[in-house]
Formats: sequence, C-alpha cells, structure tokens
Amino acid sequence: MLGYAMKPLTQPTKFALQPGKRNAWLAFAALAIVLLALPFATDALLGRGWVRIADFALLYIMLALGLNIVVGYAGLLDLGYVAFFAVGAYCYALLGSPQFGLHFPLWAVLPLGALFACVFGVLLGAPTLRLRGDYLAIVTLGFGEIIRIFLNNLNAPFNLTNGPQGINMIDPLRIGGFSFGSTHEFFGITFPSVHLHYYLFLAFTLGVIFVSLRLQDSRIGRAWMAIREDEVAAEAMGINTRNIKLLAFAMGATFGGAAGGLFAGFQGFVSPESFGLTESVMILCMVVLGGMGNIGGVVLGGVLLVLLPEALRNGAGPMQQALFGKTLVDPESLRMLLFGLALIVVMLVRPAGLWPSTQRRRELIAEDGVAQQEQDTVYDSSK
Amino acid sequence: MTAANNILLELSGVGKRFGGLAALSDVALHIRRGEIYGLIGPNGAGKTTLFNVVTGLYQLDEGTFTFDGIAYSRCKPHVLAQAGIARTFQNIRLFANMSALENVMVGRHLRTRSGIWGALTRNAAARAEERAIEQRARELLRYVGIARPPQTLAKHLSYGEQRRLEIARALATEPKLLALDEPAAGMNATETENLKALLQTIRSDGITVLLIEHDVKLIMGLCDRVAVLDYGKKIAEGVPEEVRRNPAVIAAYLGGEAA
Repeated sequence: MLGYAMKPLTQPTKFALQPGKRNAWLAFAALAIVLLALPFATDALLGRGWVRIADFALLYIMLALGLNIVVGYAGLLDLGYVAFFAVGAYCYALLGSPQFGLHFPLWAVLPLGALFACVFGVLLGAPTLRLRGDYLAIVTLGFGEIIRIFLNNLNAPFNLTNGPQGINMIDPLRIGGFSFGSTHEFFGITFPSVHLHYYLFLAFTLGVIFVSLRLQDSRIGRAWMAIREDEVAAEAMGINTRNIKLLAFAMGATFGGAAGGLFAGFQGFVSPESFGLTESVMILCMVVLGGMGNIGGVVLGGVLLVLLPEALRNGAGPMQQALFGKTLVDPESLRMLLFGLALIVVMLVRPAGLWPSTQRRRELIAEDGVAQQEQDTVYDSSK
Repeated sequence: MTAANNILLELSGVGKRFGGLAALSDVALHIRRGEIYGLIGPNGAGKTTLFNVVTGLYQLDEGTFTFDGIAYSRCKPHVLAQAGIARTFQNIRLFANMSALENVMVGRHLRTRSGIWGALTRNAAARAEERAIEQRARELLRYVGIARPPQTLAKHLSYGEQRRLEIARALATEPKLLALDEPAAGMNATETENLKALLQTIRSDGITVLLIEHDVKLIMGLCDRVAVLDYGKKIAEGVPEEVRRNPAVIAAYLGGEAA
C-alpha cells in the first residue's frame, strides 16, 4: 500500500534543544529556587497577607488551566466553569465538617470532589454537544447559575448545604497526621499555615501543568485542537466529536473540582457567594488575557489577575495621598475601574493574549525551519 | 472478482430535500474499486449535496447507500470515515492554526488508539504510536509534495499547498475511497498538472477516487467514468468521451435544446 515502501525518515527534531540544554536546566533550577523561597521573601517584604494572596493565585491558576482545556484546547466557550469549583468545594465541605459529622481524609475526599465535578462536567457537556459559540456560552452560563442557586436553596426541606450561611468549620487539609492548618517547624525553620498551603498548592499546580502539557502534545490534545479549529472537518477526519468534547468537559471539570476541594480546606468555610458569575468571568479572563491554549500564558494571566486587583487595592490609597495629599476616590471602587481599564488596554494592544500559543510554534519553526527554507529556495530555483 | 465485490460504493434511488427544493432525486450510481470517478454538472446541480450525503454530513431522505458491502443510512461522518471514506472540502477546511504536520497527524486519529492514560504516562506503547503517527504524517507530506517545513502553520501555506495538505490529511485516515470536492478550484495550470499526477499516483496505490470538478479538461483527462448531474438528477454516465458527446449534457451546460 501507499507510502510504506518509502525510505525511512530521520527522527523528528522537534525537541532538539541540545546547545541550550544546559541553560534550560539552569533556568529551571533558578525558577525552582524562586518558587520555593517565594513565601518567605513575600512574608518578609510585603507581609503575610500577600502569602495568602499567592495561595489564592495558585488556586486560580489551577482553575484557569482547567478551563483552558475546555476553552483553549477544545474551543468550547464555558461561562459557568466556577460551578465545578463549587461542586468540588462543597463535596469537601460536606464530607469534612460538622455539617454531617463526617471527617473523611484528604486522600478520599479530594478525588471524590474531583470525580463529582467530572460527573457534573459530563452532565453539562451532554446536552450542549450540538451547541456552538454563543449558544453554548448561554447554556453554560445558566448551568453555573443553577448550581449556585441550588447551593443557596438546598437547606430545605432537607438541610444539605446550609443555604446562604454556607458551611463552617471545615476540616483543614491534612495528610496523615500532618495538618496544613497549623504552624510546623522543620530544620529549625518555622512554616506558618499559609506557607504550608503555598507549597501544597504549588505541588498541585505543577501537577496540573504537567497534565496539561502531556495532554497538549497527545493524540487527544490534537483532536481537541482540531475541533477548536474546525469541527466539521474534525468529524470528517473520523474524530468522534461527541466523546472528545465530553472528555474536554470532564477533564476541565476534574481540575476545577480538585481546586475546589483545596479551596474549601484552605478557607475552612464555603458559601454560595464565592461561586458567582463574576468568578467564572474572572477565570475566563485569565485564560483569554494570558493567551488561550498556551499554558505559560494562562499561568501568567492567573498571576496577574489575582495580583493586580490586590496591588490596586493596597496601592491606590497611598498613591492618591502622595499625589493629591488626600484620598479623592475610595480605593475599593477605583480598583475595579482601573482593573477593567487594564483589561481593555491589554485586549486592544494584544488581542491574542499576553503570551499567545503560536509563539511557541514560531520558535520551533525557527530551528529546523530556517535551514530548510534556504534549501527550498535553492530547490525551487533549480526547477 | 465477482461483480458485486468489484463495486465499492453504490447509491440507488437517493433523494435529498431542503424544504421544498429537491437537491437530489432518484440518483443511482456505483463506483468500482480502483477507478477515478468524476462527478460534474452546472452550478447548483447537487454535486456537493451528493458528496455530503456520501460523507455523512447530510442524512439522505430516500434511497439507500452501500459502501464496501455495508448499507449506511443515518450515519455520523466519523463512522463513515472509520468505514473508509475520506474527503476534502470545496472551501478548504484545514485546521488553520495547527502546523501542516499536525493537520496530517489528526488524520491518523481514527487509526490509532492511545487515550488519556497513554498521554499522561507516555508509556512505551503510547510513545511508539506517537512516533508512528508523526513518521507517517511526514511521509504523507512528502507524498503529496509539500516541501515546506512540516511545522509551518497550515494557514501560512500557499493555496495549492493547502489543497494538497487536505489530501494528505484525508489519506492519513487510510481511506478506501478518497472523495475530492473541486480540488483544482483556483489552481493555475501547473498546479493542476501536478494535482493530476498526484491523483494518478494515489489511484495506482489502490485508492478509489471520487472527484467533483469544474475543470472539464482535468475530468476528461483523468477519470475512468463520469456522471453528470443537473437539477439533482443524473442525466448521463459513462466514459468521458461518451459523456462529452451526450446531447443532454451539452444542453445542460449550454442551455436550451440540444444542438
């Protein structure tokens, strides 16, 4: 049959980074040190409140990476993503709090939360399979609201979620006898609870990044991207678009659910208020602003969108004092205004996001491309 | 080989309506294994509709359609792709923001099987499969004659290359029938010549080709048999020479009564 008699080809050079390999390792080591030292540096320079913000940034990065699978890879616009976060968080809260007197261990409750979120992902995905673009966005928006309203109202006839008051006194994250909720001491260094959470979340975030990277360059990842690019053509090429789309919803929801569990354990308290539409929009902004489909971009988007409002909150007051001698506008209201403005500017200047995914490809082309293009020119002119 | 075995695709009494408009009515034709079968007709004659019926994009309203001995009536496109029908599109539908190589690799999807687990662990089987996918895709890029770096984004390829990339992607699905919807549209004379050579190679490699084309010269020079559609009906079928002289065909193309 066709092609099999052709001469064997040389191995793909896609990942050949030989000359820069040492530099890559150095950069990697430097990054690791920065990430490990970050909570202590932040604590010393900016105060403990900022370590907590860093913890939240990591949670949001996990969420953004989960949503990136649905929106960035498979191209399915999901405006209700926070619902999966809520499912994971409430799952943890119900199985690890005095609400029902259950105190499941972390290794059981976190996967359960992720699994529940995954099931909800499929439940949401199934009826929306025929929808595209705007219509899909509207249905997912509705789904997000439905989950929130259910959580708000499921205190009667049977008190499941404790309604708008939310669930209190949730067990801290605990592995074996080690609780992340209290201060520990290792090697003579004191690790406060927020620092410990930072390391835990960092580990989870790295796990999510790893999974995203592996999926991106796989048969499944290619199928998602094909659907994003052209669903009709993807199906004509033999991709079962129904299953592959459901898989995207399920994977994204799983990440959301896991992040939700961590959130509940970290906060010790969940209420429906934390899972509103603004949260969904915020996570979507991280994905879009950072660069849809590009893991680095999404991480960047997550970091910026958590840090920027906080920086504005803390910086807007003193800045006015310095400029005008008094506070003209309440920093709290100014911060969302400036934040919105920043979003608009970024989207105008860089419509594909701060760090779009094609960048990576261009770099790859630059390697084995330039030489080959030279060859092509010679070849073409000799024809 | 028996006659029935020799027929790859058979349509009988096929009808497709859009509201009050009969886009196809009572179309019957069969395509033999290993031939290049042309489908021509004036604009709006129902060629692309027929094409979409055969590739599962539209469900037919009447009649039956048998491929490789199995009857298909209401099937999703991916099922037909699995069965061995691969297509290209009249308006190129590549995965524009994926590289040329990735486009072809997507075509291997249905002949490969590694899933989430394989992707996460990158175990030996998954790695071997991935290597095979990539190698095959590179071979196919060469086969259709795309000399650019395989990492070039599909949208950055020239028009003729995009057409050929679509063919490579379709070939990656290991089709028994390759269905091409106006592959030469917008091509210059040289590109058309190259395409013709490519299609002949594909046929000689054992793949049956169904071709919709406006370029009559290409059809006449390439096809073993030709069917002519007009207003959703088949008005002629046969070897190109015969069809060209058919009065009904001349009337359909030139209008009015046959000269």
